[in-house]
Amino acid sequence: MIYAVASGKGGTGKTTITSSLAALWNAPVTCVDLDVEEPNLHLFLNPAITSEDKAYIEVPVADEEKCTLCRACVDICQFKAISIMADTLLVFPEMCHGCGGCLEVCPAGALTPGQRELGEICRGSVDDSRFIMGRLRIGEAMSPPLMRLIRQEFPALQEQGDILIDAPPGVSCPAINAVMDADCIVLVTEPTPFGFHDFKLAWEAFGPLNIPMGAVINRAGMGDDSVQNFCRDNDIPIWAEIPYSRAVAEAYSKGEIITKSLESMREPFTQLHSSMKAAARSKTEVQHA
Amino acid sequence: MHEIVIISGKGGAGKTSISGAFAHLAKKAILCDLDVDAPDLHLLLAPKHRAEEAFISGNEATIAPERCTACGQCQDVCRFNAIVEKDDVYSVNPILCEGCKVCVTLCPAQAIDFPDKHCGQWYVSDTRFGTLVHAQLFPGEENSGRLVTLLKQKARAIAEEQGLDLVVCDGSPGIGCPVISSMAGTDLAVVVTEPTPSGLHDLKRVAELCQGFRSTVAVLINKWDINPEMSDEIEAWCKANGHSVICRFPHSRMVVDAMLVREVLTEFENGPLSQQLKKAWSDITAMLDTK
Repeated sequence: MIYAVASGKGGTGKTTITSSLAALWNAPVTCVDLDVEEPNLHLFLNPAITSEDKAYIEVPVADEEKCTLCRACVDICQFKAISIMADTLLVFPEMCHGCGGCLEVCPAGALTPGQRELGEICRGSVDDSRFIMGRLRIGEAMSPPLMRLIRQEFPALQEQGDILIDAPPGVSCPAINAVMDADCIVLVTEPTPFGFHDFKLAWEAFGPLNIPMGAVINRAGMGDDSVQNFCRDNDIPIWAEIPYSRAVAEAYSKGEIITKSLESMREPFTQLHSSMKAAARSKTEVQHA
Repeated sequence: MHEIVIISGKGGAGKTSISGAFAHLAKKAILCDLDVDAPDLHLLLAPKHRAEEAFISGNEATIAPERCTACGQCQDVCRFNAIVEKDDVYSVNPILCEGCKVCVTLCPAQAIDFPDKHCGQWYVSDTRFGTLVHAQLFPGEENSGRLVTLLKQKARAIAEEQGLDLVVCDGSPGIGCPVISSMAGTDLAVVVTEPTPSGLHDLKRVAELCQGFRSTVAVLINKWDINPEMSDEIEAWCKANGHSVICRFPHSRMVVDAMLVREVLTEFENGPLSQQLKKAWSDITAMLDTK
């Protein structure tokens, strides 16, 4: 099964929740950090990293000698990655989405596949679980291509057990990319006006994916009841409420996994873990029905 | 014309609460919420829309079933796995479609349409602190970088119209597309961080991005007292890398209390917290004056 921990708003506690779940997961699991712009899961899990591989996207390389200035590549490119200026073919690799269209349509063989570095993919292990993280190169704008490379490994990883994903914040393409393979989505929020507003956006964004979702309300008690009321009115199960406490904030600030350092945190996370498993099972049962 | 962007790398560090206070303290500035994915500044500023426009960006492939011959070529050429085939009927998964036009161009039956995509709405609004330019992408949409660029251009144009020389922008988390677009042409990036391993890790990455844009970095450590040692470590790192730390802001429930009554912190209280933010703001304006 694939489980994704997501949230509309940043800083609601996705990494806290993911690392705590990883620590009590009672089956083989691969922890995957898909928040490739700012991956933080490794700071808490402290995995032993066994490999770091550069990741690339295919981009065109222009051969001016062969170019006939027919403009077929310029016409197909939707991302302003190719243009002709002063009778010269110019490629802007950082704008390229790697769709391969220009390579397909060039009649003169003037474009050949090159590559742009997206970042790196780090692999390792922690206790008896595996760990994978994408880390975007600074200056690289697009995170979905790097995420796609990691997601391609999911079928093979699933052979070996569960997958637990730490997703990026927000509700646009990177966040959707991170959760779309999941059998269950945990939406982490906080009971504040900002948290509630972004929670609603996330619920709207992820709803069409038809993946079972449940909420975790982090820092419960610090704001108001808007999130709880919204969940009740829209039949969103609340799988856990983590009460606000300075002790949790301090443990997190030291890079500790809160279920390990705070006895009181074990029970809500054990509950959350079993709710997630039940929700993911319900999805696969529906599919096989 | 000066432009300040408040960013953080890490989400939830307190960008919007700080941005709201700066919007109040700036007095004469155009405000801009560049977090088009999950904007929150409007929750504090209660904007009244003066103008609203659709944000149309990119296109989406759609297969016309009456023209499709089910040859499957679109599926072969799509690098985003966006073409779905079920019982010999082909369709496009809009979530995966990148709008690259490859299937449209190469379909032998010309069965694929390519309509414009309406990705969200953007607004020019009046608030009690001045004009706010902001937007909302529809959930699940992309092209946020283009929308960020559009909002910045609009904000600058309005500043010129109103004879103002400052734009204050609330940025988005991360270091990717929307943040890169936020940084273009910015004089000063205020990076809000927190004394946690994630806070420092993300600060380092976002500061490196700012250096690529040759923007000055001013760091505000939020909730510094959660972990004083880590705050010292962050401050030492900033010093070693030539970034000034303009404020160590304590952890306070008042930030949420102010948010609950839809006020910015400097309106909500007039004690030591506000004094700190006023000092930080005057340091920021002093930094701008040297530019």
